[in-house]
Amino acid sequence: MTPVATPFFFYLLSGLAIAGGLLVITRRNAVHSALALIVTLLAVAGLYLMLYAPFVAGVQIIVYAGGIMVLFLFVIMLVSLERTIKERQFNRMWPVGLFAACALLALFMSVFAKGRALFPDRVPPPPEASNTQQIGVMLYGNYMFAFEIASLLLLVAILGAVIMAKKRI
Amino acid sequence: MLDSFMSYLGSSVTPGEANNQLWALIYVLIIFAGVSVAVMAMNWLERKALAHFQVRLGPMRVGPHGLLQPIADAVKLLIKEDIIPAESDKFVFWIAPIIGLLAAFTVYTVVPFGPSQAVSDMNIGILFMLGVSSLAVLGVVMAGWASNSHYPLIGALRSSAQMVSYEVAMGLAVVSAILMTSLHGAGLYGVSKLSDGTGTLSMIGIVQAQQEQQVWFLFKFFPLGLIAFVIFAIAMIAETNRAPFDLPEAESELTAGFHTEYSGLRWSLFMLAEYAAMIAVSAIAVTLWLGGWLRPFPTWLSGPAWDFIFALFPGLTFVGLAAIAFLGTVRMPKHSYFRVQTIGLAAFGAVLALIGVLLLGIVIGAKVSDHDILNRTTEGLSNVFWFVFKVAVFMYLYIWYRATWPRYRFDQLMKVGWKVMLPISLGVLIVTAIVGVLL
Amino acid sequence: MNAPTKTDPNALSNLDLETPEKTYLDSNELIINMGPQHPATHGVLRVILKLDGEKVLGTECVIGYLHRGVEKIAENRTYTMFNPYVDRMDYVAAVSNGLGYCQAVEKLLNVEAPPRANYIRVILTELNRIASHQLWLGTHALDIGAMTPLFYTFRDREEILKIFEKYCGARLTTHAFRIGGCLYETYAGFEKDVKNFLAFFPSKIGEYEELLTTNRIWLERTKKVGVISAADAIALGVTGPVLRASGVKWDIRKAQPYANYAEFDFEIPTGENGDTYDRYLVRIAEMRQSLRIIEQAVNGIPEGPIMAKVPKVIKPPVGEIYHSIEAPKGELGYFIVSDGSTQPYRVRVRPPSFVNLQALDVMVRGLLVADVVAVIGTLDIVLGEVDR
Repeated sequence: MTPVATPFFFYLLSGLAIAGGLLVITRRNAVHSALALIVTLLAVAGLYLMLYAPFVAGVQIIVYAGGIMVLFLFVIMLVSLERTIKERQFNRMWPVGLFAACALLALFMSVFAKGRALFPDRVPPPPEASNTQQIGVMLYGNYMFAFEIASLLLLVAILGAVIMAKKRI
Repeated sequence: MLDSFMSYLGSSVTPGEANNQLWALIYVLIIFAGVSVAVMAMNWLERKALAHFQVRLGPMRVGPHGLLQPIADAVKLLIKEDIIPAESDKFVFWIAPIIGLLAAFTVYTVVPFGPSQAVSDMNIGILFMLGVSSLAVLGVVMAGWASNSHYPLIGALRSSAQMVSYEVAMGLAVVSAILMTSLHGAGLYGVSKLSDGTGTLSMIGIVQAQQEQQVWFLFKFFPLGLIAFVIFAIAMIAETNRAPFDLPEAESELTAGFHTEYSGLRWSLFMLAEYAAMIAVSAIAVTLWLGGWLRPFPTWLSGPAWDFIFALFPGLTFVGLAAIAFLGTVRMPKHSYFRVQTIGLAAFGAVLALIGVLLLGIVIGAKVSDHDILNRTTEGLSNVFWFVFKVAVFMYLYIWYRATWPRYRFDQLMKVGWKVMLPISLGVLIVTAIVGVLL
Repeated sequence: MNAPTKTDPNALSNLDLETPEKTYLDSNELIINMGPQHPATHGVLRVILKLDGEKVLGTECVIGYLHRGVEKIAENRTYTMFNPYVDRMDYVAAVSNGLGYCQAVEKLLNVEAPPRANYIRVILTELNRIASHQLWLGTHALDIGAMTPLFYTFRDREEILKIFEKYCGARLTTHAFRIGGCLYETYAGFEKDVKNFLAFFPSKIGEYEELLTTNRIWLERTKKVGVISAADAIALGVTGPVLRASGVKWDIRKAQPYANYAEFDFEIPTGENGDTYDRYLVRIAEMRQSLRIIEQAVNGIPEGPIMAKVPKVIKPPVGEIYHSIEAPKGELGYFIVSDGSTQPYRVRVRPPSFVNLQALDVMVRGLLVADVVAVIGTLDIVLGEVDR
């Protein structure tokens, strides 16, 4: 399938992602922030699709937009709105954060500028139909060990959360 | 324009694959209208069937046997005052039903009504369906929160916990069906003709795999396929918040749950989304386990004669429905008060009979003349019919469950989800993989 | 009587309860008003729920939304005139209410209703008990989410109401009895109607049971839910099926027989665990026992007068009387003080629903919101009787 109007959709999705990201940190209402974050995540999923990575896009929607954001909302909904409105929106460390963000941006820009020399000009897109299969081969073949370690780490995190939340098991 | 319209007619792939935007749009419109009509029909059918389960008549006043009741309801909901609670979060309140509706309708892009009767075929089709339908919970959560009221909030909390929990068991059941798409049921070890001997996530590919292996996944590796199917069938009721898992809108506890503060058009959007989602998850179940558009007994009752007989089914169904309508017409009370209703029911029966005769005519015409267009139409009709028929069976089951069972309590629901369904589905997945490798 | 084991009854009315075990993820406590307009509170009961998530920390019942001052009205009406008012208390068991009141006044007057009147009274009262239990079963199942039993029970309740209508012209608030006996002789075909009902109803009970008794979800929703121990039940004054489900064999029809209940052979069904499921079983069994009583009564109904000799103007001697009967919901008592005039000096009703409702708090603490609904249903309260 050949993509239609590629630049248009690229800029649309990127714009949505950035706008959503800005809204996340500027909204006073935490639920509105979460909704903006969902927009960002969906826009990023769209970008994955444009990069011929449909599997990652699907997982992004299921796991982040469908699963994690619901849990976020779950917690946020129970927070008292009046209290959050009264609280300061940014803490005193914000210049540090801004500096770090600028540094990251500079890094990206320099890689983008100099990267043309480092990376091959254009990678031929892998066949879309076998994308899922390739991911499977990579995850359960080449990177089996790393994958299992990651899942063990997550298991530890789950156990920790259970222990913190429940005194008596 | 006409070119692109005509050029697709001879192709045997979906409009998405053929890169034909015009036909994709036509398909989208057909599906949108079809699903909306199906929701209305389901609304009528549910009230009627439920009433007959419960020794009552159900709607009888608006139109013959209440046939126009859904339309009357829709009109009533449209012209109702649109209330937004004063203390609510207006924007979120406004957008929540739209999100629910969008999520419910977007999944239909990949629902395979036939090998070419789908808007598009994605190679991550099933993942897309699960992912987008999981977004529906956002609408519910936002509605509950934005209402700024206790009952909707509790309803939303329940619903989000419930949907997220049952998605896990549902996903694992789906994975074990996907494993079966390769011949032996072990992913890469299979030798299916589809994409280098691997399994597939594409909705159309899944049905084609069942066609090639000559077995519905319900019966593959008996009873593994059956267990996975049952898990999915239970989880999908929980996903769509229907009885006996209708806790988010348990009226005896939470008045109406997350949509307590909604009324009029917005409320009807929630209802539309709920029923559309029910049809969508049923479509997933049909695709994964019940052979999608494939007709029953393809090997046992094979041969052109049986093919012809099964091709007659769509037409015969409409003729049968027409016969029921005519029976109703005859049994109408002979009183001038009922004259309009009697005529209406007769006309309805006549329309059904006309459709039935038309369908039968196409099939018989194809048999006699062997014309290409007629043949393809026959095949397409047959595909769509069997798919819709299987989905309709699930729809009826939904009503049946609702008439029969009490409601689960929230902690029991969670217990069933996490302590029963999850281990079983995980076990089925592992055993399916092992069986696949050993075979 | 044993002292309550779990809770101090004096502490029931305040919501200042012990906080639950602290965890790192504590959510705010939520106070929810269930009612007075709520589909599951069976009328206009308002229950203030204090919740931790969905867990109930405590409840407070606010009643009085249906208060009509029935007891005060009695002081301004003659004994005869007050009779129809009692039908409006427990309006789903109006016949029982009337029986209790008529018998209390008869006791005060020292009059005895004739045997035939007693038989008619027993038949109608037991039919009314079945009707009341049917209504309870339907609404209780509906609260737990099963829609269908409601329609089945209403279909069969209709047959009972038809008998009432043919007998006295009213279906719900019947005013069937008069002080001293019955006003109406049975209509032609009364016995046939009752026997028809006796013939078809047992299979209908089977139909209800088929839907619920072994239904897995029903079992999970009702077993070990709303448990009340025998000691607690006695301490709170709970009577009727709720008490019997806790294992106490207390039925006024047996303990202090009134009318001619002593002549009939029937059993008192009891439960063991005092949970919602046992209360369900007890009431189902009571319907069957009522059928037994009706069968014996309709077969043994004697000929004779239906009205005792009662003066035209009822003027009981000075004195007071307490008379109680076993209404479908529990002990229904009338305390009447007479000052010798035509109007009672004071009437006090001991309504079973009002007293049973006290047990709600004990029964639902630590359960979930959904269980509150189930427990309100299983208590079988009628707000007309609670508020009077």
